[in-house]
This record gives sequence, C-alpha cells and structure tokens, in this order.
Amino acid sequence: MALLQISEPGMSTAPHQHRLAVGIDLGTTNSLVATVKSGMSVVLSDENGHDLLPSVVRYYADQAPQVGHAAGQTPHDAQNTIVSVKRFMGRGLQDIADAGYLPYRFVDAPGMVQIKTIAGVKSPVEVSAEILKSLKLRAENSLGGELAGAVITVPAYFDDAQRQATKDAAKLAGLNVLRLLNEPTAAAVAYGLDNAAEGMFAIYDLGGGTFDVSILHLTKGVFEVLSTNGDSALGGDDFDRRVFCWMLEQGKLPPLSPEDNSLLLTKAREAKEWLSEHAEARITCVTSSGDVIDIILTSARFKELTQPLVVKTLAPLKKALRDAKLTPDEIQGIVMVGGATRMPHIKQAVAEFFGRVPLTNFDPDKVVALGAAIQANVLAGNRSDNDLLLLDVVPLSLGLEMMGGLAEKIIPRNSTLPVARAQEFTTYKDGQTAMSIHVVQGERELVADCRSLARFELRGIPPMAAGAARIRVTFQVDADGLLSVSAREQTTGVEANIVVKPSYGLAEGQIADMLQAAFTYAADDKDLRVQLELEVEARQLIEAVNNALQQDGEMLLSEAERADIKNKIADLQSAMGDVGKLKVATAALNQATEEFATRRMDQSVQKALTGHNLSEIQI
Amino acid sequence: MNIQQTHFELFGLPTTFDLDTKKLDQQYRLLQSEVHPDRFAASADSERRLSLQYATKANEAYQTLKNPLTRARYLLQLKGIDTQEESNTAMPVDFLLQLMEWREALEEAAETANADELEALKKKLREAAKTLQSTLASALDIDRDDAIATETVRKLRFIDKAQQEVDQALEILES
Repeated sequence: MALLQISEPGMSTAPHQHRLAVGIDLGTTNSLVATVKSGMSVVLSDENGHDLLPSVVRYYADQAPQVGHAAGQTPHDAQNTIVSVKRFMGRGLQDIADAGYLPYRFVDAPGMVQIKTIAGVKSPVEVSAEILKSLKLRAENSLGGELAGAVITVPAYFDDAQRQATKDAAKLAGLNVLRLLNEPTAAAVAYGLDNAAEGMFAIYDLGGGTFDVSILHLTKGVFEVLSTNGDSALGGDDFDRRVFCWMLEQGKLPPLSPEDNSLLLTKAREAKEWLSEHAEARITCVTSSGDVIDIILTSARFKELTQPLVVKTLAPLKKALRDAKLTPDEIQGIVMVGGATRMPHIKQAVAEFFGRVPLTNFDPDKVVALGAAIQANVLAGNRSDNDLLLLDVVPLSLGLEMMGGLAEKIIPRNSTLPVARAQEFTTYKDGQTAMSIHVVQGERELVADCRSLARFELRGIPPMAAGAARIRVTFQVDADGLLSVSAREQTTGVEANIVVKPSYGLAEGQIADMLQAAFTYAADDKDLRVQLELEVEARQLIEAVNNALQQDGEMLLSEAERADIKNKIADLQSAMGDVGKLKVATAALNQATEEFATRRMDQSVQKALTGHNLSEIQI
Repeated sequence: MNIQQTHFELFGLPTTFDLDTKKLDQQYRLLQSEVHPDRFAASADSERRLSLQYATKANEAYQTLKNPLTRARYLLQLKGIDTQEESNTAMPVDFLLQLMEWREALEEAAETANADELEALKKKLREAAKTLQSTLASALDIDRDDAIATETVRKLRFIDKAQQEVDQALEILES
C-alpha cells in the first residue's frame, strides 16, 4: 500500500506577484526570446509577427545601430554589418580560421578579437549586447513590464571564456542573468516536459556556427546530463561556405569584394535551405564586377560537397556515448535541434547511427528558447512545485600548467555542476617566494594545445627549501559553468583569489567603461541606474527573507533572532534612495540571515531524506 | 548536513562497499532537489552561497560512492588507511604479467588501428574489474581484511588506467 502524502501547514508560500522572466536563445544565425504564459512556453514575436531575430547588427556613423531584419537581409554595407558574431565570442584573431574570407576589419586586441566599424571599434560582447537589448525590448513591450531576469543559452561545448563573454554581453544589455543554460539541456527540458519522457536521450544540436551533443538521463523531472561533446566551430555556416567555394570554382570568379562575398554566401545559404525540400536549386546572381552566375546545384551534389561535415559530427557523438558508458541502442530518443538539422542527409546519418528515427516534433529553431523559458520561470520563483531539476556538467577539463608545459587536469570533463576540487603543489627552487598559476581548459596534454583562461600570481610565500611550501589550489565551477580559482599557501596562509576572466573575457573595468559609454548622453543616468539596481536587489532580498520568516521563522529562530532580522529589514527599507546606506544595510541583512539560512537548509535536507525513508518502509 | 558527516551518512546509507546503487541515485536526486543553486536563484546571498556549498558536497559524495574504485578508496580512508597508489607499485607477479599482456594487446591494436580488438580488450578489462570488485566486497564488508582491500584498490587503479588508455586509443581512431 502506498502512503498518502500530506503537505505541511505553511509549506505553500503566500501567492506573490508573477515575476516576468524570459529564456533567450542567443544564436549564431538567429536569436529568440520566449516566456511562460499561463503555464505554456511561447516564443514572443516582434510587432511584424517575426519570431526569429536575425543575429545581425549594422552600425552607422550618425545613428544608433540596427538589429535583425532592420539591419538588412542582404547586407550592402558588409564591413559594418556584423553577422554570426557568436563565432567571435571569447576568441582571439588566431582562433578564427576563415578570418581572411570575412568582410570585417578585425583588430587583434589582447584577449578577444575586436571589429573596426564606422561607429568605432566594437567587441563581440558589445555586438551581442545589441542583439540582447533588442530582445529585451521586444519582451518588455510584449509582456508590459520590466524583466526580473533571463536565462541565456550557450552551446554546451562553450569554454569558460565564451561563457564569460556571453554573461558580460547580457550584463551590458541590462539583463539580470538568472542562469547560463546549455542549449541541448534547454531542448531536453522542452521535449521532456512535453512528453513526460523517461530514460536515456541524445540531443543532436547543429546550429549556425556550433555543434553540441549531450546525453541525458531523464527521470521524474530530473534532467541529468551524463556527458557532452561537440565542436564550437562547426555549424550550418560551414555548409554555406562549402557551397560558396563550389560556386567560386564553377563560376571561375576572380577575388571578390566584401559585398560580393556576402552576396554569394547569402545565395549559398538560400540554396542550402531550398534543397531541404527540393531536388535541385538554381543559383543566379550578378556580382558588382559584372560577372554573371547561373548554375544548378542538385541535392546529390550538395550532399557530396557537405558529407565530410556530416561525418565530422559523428565523432563527438561517439565520444559522448563512450563518456556516458552507453551504446547507441541504449538511447530511447534522439532530439534534433538547430535549423541545420532540417537537412535530410543529416537526419539520415543520425538515424543510421542510432538505428532509430530522430524526434522532430518541435520546431528545431525554437525548442531551445522554449526550454530556456521554462527554466527561467522556475528560477524566478514562479513555480512552487519542485518537479524540475537540471544537473549539467563541465564540457571540457580544467587544469593548471605544470613544469615543462604539461597540463595537469584538476576537474575532469563531464563532472556534474557545481563542482570543487583542490590540489596541492609545491615550489621547485630554494627560496622561491612567488608562484605563477596558469589556468587552462581542454583535453590535450600540452598547455600549448589547451585554451589559456587566466594567469595570476601567488606572492609572499616565505623563502623555504624547494618542495617545502604547500600551495593548495582550489577550483570551483558554479551552476553557470563559470570557474573561480583560489590559491593558498598552507603553512603561512598567504592567499590569492581570482574569478577567471582576464585572458579572454572582459575585465570588470572594461564592462564598467562600456556601460558608461552606453550612457554618455546622460552621465547622471549611470548613478541613477546603480541606485535603481541596488533598490531592486534590496526589494528581492526583503521579499526572500520575509518568505523565509513566514515559513520557518517561528520554528527555527528565537524571539531575539527574529527581532534582529526584522530590525535589519526595517533598516534596509529606510535606506532606499541612498546608494551608500543601501549597500551597508543590504550587507547587514545578508549577514544577519546567514545562520537562519544554514538552519533552513539543514531542515530541508532532513525532510527530503527522512520523508523519503518513510515511504520506503511501505509494504 | 555538516562538514564532519561522511558521504554515507549524508545519503543515509550504511557504510559498506556493497551498496544499493539505486538507492544512492534516489537519495542523491532527492538531496539535490533540495539544495541545488537553481532552487535559490531568487534567494538571499547567504542562502545562495550555502546552496553552492551543499550542492558541491552532494556531487562530490555521489561521485565518490558511485564509482567502486573511489568508494573502496574512501572506505579505507575513513579507517585511516592510505592506499599509496602513487608510491607503492609492488604487485603480485601474476597480476603484473597479465597487465603486460593487456598492454601489449593495446599497443598492437592501436598500431594496427583495430577497433574490434580494442573493444574486445575493453570487455576483458571490464570483467577483470568486476572480479576485483567482488574481492573488495568480501575484503571490506565480510573479512575486514584491509591489506587485501588496499592491494585490490591498487590493482583496480591499474585496470582503470588501462581502460582509459583503451578509450583514448579508440578516440584517436575515430578522429
């Protein structure tokens, strides 16, 4: 007999205002924003009814940049019209293999590559922020209020630098980032919740510029990622380029202007899309030099041209399965995500690999945003039933540079988030007083083959014999997949901390400068903005503490403790309008609730485990 | 949950090598659904920080107990025994001979790009690991023979490494 469950009195929280939260799929080719409305996840369209916002930003000398459809489908101003900027996020110039073919004026800045436009030099972070701002505006117009927060999706195979760059872009766009969510996991959420799916699933996500595969175990609302793999420089764009190169060859064309390159690439993309439904595509255009192109591309020829790319996606698939310790026949369902998976020969290759037909009942362009919206709704606190939990993983191993240029892995790939690991190191020279710490990410043995994430120094180690110092380096990766590293000499307690950023992400100061630049027209705006942000934060804190008091205050706190917390709440309420006081009062309330938080957490852990044990004893 | 609690206590499981892994999975998911940072995205800083710590500990405990090698190592560690896997490489001769045989097979299969041979080797290693795991179960849970258990952990470590090398060889073949 099964035991009936009765919820405790006071467990259901007082109904609070529905917080506006969105999921944003910041794609290479297209971006989308979705939200949960009356329990349904829906994509928000613009005033013209478009769901997809082309990820295109066009800069002008004398006016604000235009984004999406307004920026022009066939760019006439290729140097100032940035498409597929996602490929440059957290990347240096040497990482962009086809930089020579692209129409942009790249500036090889330390850290991330930048692009010279008519409106000045722009970082990929700034370009992405324009896209995000446009989606934020769309959502706020459509929902009729300010957003409480957003979940932004990233390719699962994005490394730390690319994730950090994405988070920076969201901050720059004025979004409160609730979580960075991996795209395949977002798709799994949309699928899993819709079909109440259980078992092992593979997500095959081929977007415009990135390829991801994730293997997930779904059970009772828990989405556990077992492994992930991919290629952050492989996508639908590469199929366009194969066709583009074929066109150059067929037409025996001379080197083209940036505008003509863009024109031909657009034609190549149109032909690719056409061939998903038809047997052949006719490609016609006239270049600015007067060369005429009029050729037929058959689907057989297209398949031949691009088959190597399709094969290239199978290796990460095999690796992901091996890491999950599974074989293809143990997978219950394969979910296809990303516009590029509309190509028939991709569907066919995946079906052959798994020996079953992939699921395509969701629009592959929208499924990621729909899943992200569901997660955003949960994170914003709009759902009280705890029936959705995402357990994601680190996509690439994290480590340190050792003597001889070898990488020592500290956190292996596919570790479940959040994760922390510590390792001890020592000095190699007598009297060594400093140690330089180089954090890298990747699977290869040599540091030179991994991505450099950050370098920092631990200074002030007292002189000791070589090998006597004990330096403990701790890596912590949070639920967004972002790394922070700290180092501590054990015998003296000398410490150094860093949130990984400098090498490829933006330094904190740079973001502040960009924010300032965005508000140059009204300098006062910035101060006001800071104050408003602090006030929003303070109100959220007060609401959270009040909820906690209502639920557990009587049971877990003494009268004196309760009074203290209530006083601190009152202090914070009266600090509104004063930046200095707000900061002090917020910190004070946070500190005053620390012990309460520990007791609450322990209580819920106890409840979860013992509550379960009870129902286990049933006959 | 406190820092002193063992991984077994954390999940309310008996401190044994032979473990109900289904129960472990269940308890882990229950615990994470209470403490995961996603539950505290809209909470005060103090709760968010605690949640990160608790969820990190739950993951570490789960990973340690899920894998037989790390579970055995952890059980010995709780008894104050260091398995000395890095420093002590003394092994019975028959095990060393077997290991050399596998290693040669691995090298040959890798050189001749023989994926089937690699898969076959993987299967052999898996079986060898299973045998060692049952040795561990009796040494740790029944006989309380820590010397045998320690040696078996070291053996299992070698098998584990060999399995990783086979996987790497397969990966190279595929790329």
